[in-house]
Amino acid sequence: MDKRSEMHRRERRRYLIGYGGSLLLTISVFLAAFVFGIATKGVYLTIGLLGLAQLILQLVYFLHIDRRRSSREDLDLVLFSTLVLLIIIVGTIWIMGNLAVRMHTFPM
Amino acid sequence: MKRAPTHSYPGLNLGRRHPEADKASEVVTFGFWVFLMSDLVYFGLMFAIYITMIDAQAGGPGPHELFNLKSIFAQTLILLTSSLTVGLAMLALKYNLPRSRIVMWFGVTLVLGLSFLVLEMSDFMAMAEKGGIPQRSGFLSAFYGLVPLHGLHVAAGCIWLIVLGIQLRVFGLTDLLMSRVVRLALFWHFLDLIWIGIITIVYFGGLAYG
Repeated sequence: MDKRSEMHRRERRRYLIGYGGSLLLTISVFLAAFVFGIATKGVYLTIGLLGLAQLILQLVYFLHIDRRRSSREDLDLVLFSTLVLLIIIVGTIWIMGNLAVRMHTFPM
Repeated sequence: MKRAPTHSYPGLNLGRRHPEADKASEVVTFGFWVFLMSDLVYFGLMFAIYITMIDAQAGGPGPHELFNLKSIFAQTLILLTSSLTVGLAMLALKYNLPRSRIVMWFGVTLVLGLSFLVLEMSDFMAMAEKGGIPQRSGFLSAFYGLVPLHGLHVAAGCIWLIVLGIQLRVFGLTDLLMSRVVRLALFWHFLDLIWIGIITIVYFGGLAYG
């Protein structure tokens, strides 16, 4: 019973770490947006990277994706889906952007 | 055999007395992951369309007139907190905490989910008042294709939460219900991940490049 409550505490701590980290990242993203404005490329890049960090943080602490054997299949699935997604998104932006430039609808 | 203290899925590990339930649940949960990832591809397509449509405003209202960052900030905090409470609800179930605690975390999650939806709806209504309706421009069509799709998922999650709450009340805590709660929590966490994409690409991206 004691071992169980110990496990409970440990699992709850993981959620709280994930929440605290996400909260910190969210607040810094909005703070950056409010203070510096997002028109500058550097600020937007920072916001993007902080968003990515939060995605990874939540995948690890909320969705329990990591390199442990028991969740490796999930990790493979997530990584493969990300690959498919990147091909779709980057391909779409590339093709449509190129089309827009050729059609002179997009100043470049 | 030694096992790691935390296990593959947050609510699994029903204990040594339920090895078959644990095993069966693991397969179903993996299947649910496959569903989530195909849903992710759908969202990814909508993101790609939005990115290509950012400039297609056709003289209509753009991100700067339409987006209300303060409301987005509130929605983000609400959804993030609900992601925590759904996890705590699951832990309360897993570790047989008193029924009142389980009900409380379920209730808090539901209230947060519903308030997220209310805020989002009022945002859409404010946008519509400024002429930001889906048929106005390609940009707005893409926006309304993506963001309400996420809202629809949250609404589905709320209904799922209510149904599970009723089932828990009627059937008590069975292995089957436990594994359903695990999937609900996965779904809910997944929606928060999508929301991070939405604030980064739709809102901040729209403001930076629109």
